[in-house]
Amino acid sequence: MSIGFSKRHVISMRDFSRDEIDYILAEAERLEPYAHHGKTSDVLDGKILANLFFEPSTRTRLSFETAMKRLGGEVLNVSSTEGSSMAKGETLADTVRVISGYCDVIVLRHPKDGAARMAANCSDVSVINAGDGTGHHPTQTLLDLYAIRKEASLDGLSIALVGDLKYGRTVHSLAYALTLYGAKIYLVSPEELRMPDSIKKDLNDLGACLEETSNINDVIGGVSVLYMTRIQKERFMDPVEYDKVAGSYRITADMLKDAGDDMVIMHPLPRVDEIAPDVDETKHAVYFRQSFYGVPVRMAVLSLLIGSEQ
Amino acid sequence: MNGSFVGGNVMNVKGEMRIKGIENGTVIDHIKSGQALNVLRILGISSKSAEVLSIAMNVPSKLTHKKDIVKVEGRELSPSEVNKIALITPDATINIVRDSKVIEKHKVSLPNEITGVLRCANANCISNTSEPVKPRFIISKEPPVKLRCFYCDRLMVEDVVEHLLF
Ligand SMILES: [Zn+2]
Repeated sequence: MSIGFSKRHVISMRDFSRDEIDYILAEAERLEPYAHHGKTSDVLDGKILANLFFEPSTRTRLSFETAMKRLGGEVLNVSSTEGSSMAKGETLADTVRVISGYCDVIVLRHPKDGAARMAANCSDVSVINAGDGTGHHPTQTLLDLYAIRKEASLDGLSIALVGDLKYGRTVHSLAYALTLYGAKIYLVSPEELRMPDSIKKDLNDLGACLEETSNINDVIGGVSVLYMTRIQKERFMDPVEYDKVAGSYRITADMLKDAGDDMVIMHPLPRVDEIAPDVDETKHAVYFRQSFYGVPVRMAVLSLLIGSEQ
Repeated sequence: MNGSFVGGNVMNVKGEMRIKGIENGTVIDHIKSGQALNVLRILGISSKSAEVLSIAMNVPSKLTHKKDIVKVEGRELSPSEVNKIALITPDATINIVRDSKVIEKHKVSLPNEITGVLRCANANCISNTSEPVKPRFIISKEPPVKLRCFYCDRLMVEDVVEHLLF
């Protein structure tokens, strides 16, 4: 199969068909040995990635940096906190126009929804969205899909998305992508953090199979993946209310007695206390491997976008 | 005749609309009753514009019971200019008038995308900042018609009239 990725932007999961996603995941599988120590590659030798981060996200930045370096490329790190012109009020559009002259690919993190799409319109080189506002973070979604593929299965999947489904940027695009795979999706959240109607409508129009519940115990026994997210304190006016809500979306080893043998627990990390440390020792915990999968997945994306022999 | 009536002559003759009082220009007919002023907003025509305007509202109509009519004198609006109004009045028709004769008549049809007309309802959208971008929506025309923000991907679920930019 030949799919053209060269010079494309990676802004939203919506930009990719299921075939294209499968292609990226297969490429990640092929490159995974190079993501570990030992095997080396120089397919991106001479290429430069610019990390353009308008809000801190050390983990995502490092994951891209590692992916680029594992393939022999170079990395420039630009952040808005160093008295740069970005901090001095230059528009994002101008910053991107300038930085795109210095590199082969831009990785952008920005607090505004849609910033990456706009940046792509201003850039001569591929733009990868590393999170814009509450919007998209497609490489996170790709790595989640890759983790599901490796640790469970994307076919006939039944998955529970748990926690903050309102603001949680990862779950919206994950739910979209899972719909392409025909997954049964349980939405488990407190009333005040339910998935927004506009997103649910969107998913339903695509034929999504959604079911909402506010009780995590309803789903533990029946799903093959439990995808946990963080409930942020700042979403609540009342700290007491936060404690109450967050406490009921916390998973402990005890709660997993009814879980299927193959059930896996994922989390985009960092976690706070939504997964108790005693879960780490169970066979269900895959979140640290999930985090590592960001490297081969980003290697795949980078090599497809800017690798020479595509 | 019921309803308000401003300028020009609109008459119903044997069920056919005859338009008088405009020699050259554009007549937008069969506008959904009550939407004439919003049509002008979408077209960017206001009291500051140079064009001579006639607006008729709540005109009795065979087809739709009541309708609005807008006439813009001395300016032939192109389909790309006018099609945007299909967002709020999908059955409107455009009549191009030269020398008092209708030389062209067609129904409006929704464009594939629309720029600079509607504001994105997402307050955190990049199109609602000082960045040099105009709000832009991709329209999927299969019913039910859907508008999606080009930038933040949010679907417009509200009444579009509430989000007109002007
Ligand atoms: Zn928007």
